[in-house]
Amino acid sequence: MELTGKERIWNEYQKEIAGDNYFYARSCIRQTFFPGSEWAYLDILRNKLNKQVTEDPRHTTCTGIGYHTDVVPAETTMTVVARHFALMTEAGCENMTPSCVTSFGLYTEILETWKHHPEIEEKIREFLWKSTKREFKKPANLAHTSDIIYKFRNEIAALAPHRLQDVHTGRPLRGVDHIGCHYAKMFPAQGIGGAEFPAVLSGLIQAWGGETVDYPERRHCCGFGFRNYLVMANRGFSVANSKKKFESMQAYEPDFIVANCPGCAMFLDKWQYTLSEMEGVTYGPNGFGIPVFTYEELTALVLGYDPWEIGLQMHQVAVEPFLDKIGIAYDPAAKYLNSRGEPMGQPACPTYMKVIK
Amino acid sequence: MNIVIIGGGPAGSEAAYRLAGEGYTVDLVEKENSIGGNLNNWYQLFPDRKPASEVVQGLQQHLNHPGITLHIDTEAIGITESAPGKFSVKLSNNTVLHSAAVLLATGYKLFDAGRKEEYGYGIYKRVITSAELENLFTNHSLATVYGDTPQRIGFIHCVGSRDEKICNYHCSKLCCITAIKQAIEVREMLPEAEIFCFYMDMRMFGPGYEELYREAQEQHNIKFIRGRLSEAAENINGQVVIKVEDTLVGKPLRMSLDLMVLMVGMEAAAGSGTLAGSVQIPLYPNGFIRPADPHTGTNLTARPGIFTAGSCTSPMNLTDTLTDARSAAWQIKKWLTGPDKQ
Amino acid sequence: MPTLWGYSISAARSIDYDKNDPLFRRWLAIASPSSQLCIGCGGCTAACSAGNLTEFNIRRLQMLVKRGESRETAEQLHKCMLCGKCLLVCPRGVDTRQMILSMKRFLREHDQ
Repeated sequence: MELTGKERIWNEYQKEIAGDNYFYARSCIRQTFFPGSEWAYLDILRNKLNKQVTEDPRHTTCTGIGYHTDVVPAETTMTVVARHFALMTEAGCENMTPSCVTSFGLYTEILETWKHHPEIEEKIREFLWKSTKREFKKPANLAHTSDIIYKFRNEIAALAPHRLQDVHTGRPLRGVDHIGCHYAKMFPAQGIGGAEFPAVLSGLIQAWGGETVDYPERRHCCGFGFRNYLVMANRGFSVANSKKKFESMQAYEPDFIVANCPGCAMFLDKWQYTLSEMEGVTYGPNGFGIPVFTYEELTALVLGYDPWEIGLQMHQVAVEPFLDKIGIAYDPAAKYLNSRGEPMGQPACPTYMKVIK
Repeated sequence: MNIVIIGGGPAGSEAAYRLAGEGYTVDLVEKENSIGGNLNNWYQLFPDRKPASEVVQGLQQHLNHPGITLHIDTEAIGITESAPGKFSVKLSNNTVLHSAAVLLATGYKLFDAGRKEEYGYGIYKRVITSAELENLFTNHSLATVYGDTPQRIGFIHCVGSRDEKICNYHCSKLCCITAIKQAIEVREMLPEAEIFCFYMDMRMFGPGYEELYREAQEQHNIKFIRGRLSEAAENINGQVVIKVEDTLVGKPLRMSLDLMVLMVGMEAAAGSGTLAGSVQIPLYPNGFIRPADPHTGTNLTARPGIFTAGSCTSPMNLTDTLTDARSAAWQIKKWLTGPDKQ
Repeated sequence: MPTLWGYSISAARSIDYDKNDPLFRRWLAIASPSSQLCIGCGGCTAACSAGNLTEFNIRRLQMLVKRGESRETAEQLHKCMLCGKCLLVCPRGVDTRQMILSMKRFLREHDQ
């Protein structure tokens, strides 16, 4: 593989990312599945990188899940997003940074729609005014939060006590990057590195001392797909997509997977359990799975955050083998203790996939 | 009377020879350091496997005519019409040629395969273009950059053609028959290899082409799968994994290849647009020069006195290019000897 | 365990050319050389007596064999009535009747 060829493509897909003063839009599901991710992101930006990040508790879902399952009409979705823009405008911000890849894709799609159809934008402004008496300015800059981490990847590397390397052997860890479909497949020019050879996460892995794995099914969807996974009868087809990816990446013996989309991270983590229960297969070494991280978690880990403080005990696949490799100290006994030090219960052990209690 | 011909490929060279034979003085302007154009990058020609160098040599010999002045390493920058039928062609060396007729024979350029990002050209080392394969034939070795001899080779048709995504709606016409010719050449060098062509339609428009397609199936065991490549990736062994739909079977198909050859299409040469633009000659949306009339006005343009020959008007094979050049020579002679000329 | 989970994992539909057994397709190329000449026009299937009444599609079945997929062919091939109309219409001169008999022989010899 010729890396210079990729770098040529990466150079063609660079985008403007604001340097400070962000309005933060949370994801509906990231906090449920990976509860420390968004907190860690905000803490890193505010307290490690000294950036101004504003958020508003009145911010709601973008309705992306409903939009993509055909239960929310486009005009409703656009009006809800217009309200987000209004909250941003009222907060005196102009740099929108959604945490969710689907929100990012949806915001991009809506801004692009309005660019070509100003009459639709006018109609949505009217809907918003009638329903909420709000007005808005369109964001001057729209970036996914993984773009922000990418922008500061070298600053983070300079602050990081850990590298993505095996502390025992010095071997760079092999990371699989998984990019949410809505990040760049709809609008390749809006993604760092484009849609075919995205660099937004592989750039992090490389900046922090790891190696990226380019495996045949790298660009394949994880299978989340909203309407597919939400309907139980369709899940077999949905899970099969994740399975296809695991089988394709397994030969490279990856040390971890990192994803920038809340749904993908959840799918790639939890479905390893499902696949092990249904078919008895595991994809990591010695009966373990392949650890899966959100990019916020990975950033927090190299910056030295406590694994249990950023919610890694909520992962289905055991993260301890990864922590041991990069030399992160953790207290095994504290894994299932809450912030007051009380036991919060433990999940049952899977039948086939190994975990660490 | 003097004629300026811009472009020293087959069309320009052939027209220069024919016009010189009619007693005209010709200035032939070529931006490269030798004549022959894209033909210099080809090893053998379809359908008869004539060495391309033979054709180039023939064209070159014809240019040793006292009536022809060859300007190599020289680019024509613009054309102006000082008075009706009086043209000045400015060259990159700052000289100006005056003429009573100008022939545009600016040809085509090959599609830059790197623009189809998902095919991994320039990234996966087992992905090459059809032009690069010709170079391998010239060197009589099909060894990949890894040094191995490929056991499974796939030819991907329509790369840069019939593809809205890269803004080329047109069919480049020659890639189908080129793929067949190249597949047969590969077969002759690698009798045991598996060879596939992935096509959308087989467009065998020329004499002997369909027959060669049949020969490829019947005698050379070349397999044809109807389906367009969606994306290529690299597997852990460094092979290229391709995804197509076998549209005649109705199922997605994947396979690994040791060598993937991209049949790059033809695009208008950059010079065509600049020169035609300098005298307000309209282009087709794909950048090729628009003739005065697609049926009865080929070789003529919207500006009397400026003519075209060869693939600057559309993708064209060598046979048609040479025929078109001779036709252009006749049109120019008619223009220069017409009733309104002295 | 679809009853516990409510679903089972879908099998891949795509032809995995690398993994498919090449035996049948290699054998067919030798036993029926004219089958190599097919250009997929579908004249045979349009003319087919069985294909007009059943799912039998001889054009597709022989292509599947060439891709290493024999299951459908094994299930369907007995529907051919050997009327020979396909032979009459083929523009490439594929000896379709001989090709079908060859495929039947292979399947019989390999207990499929």
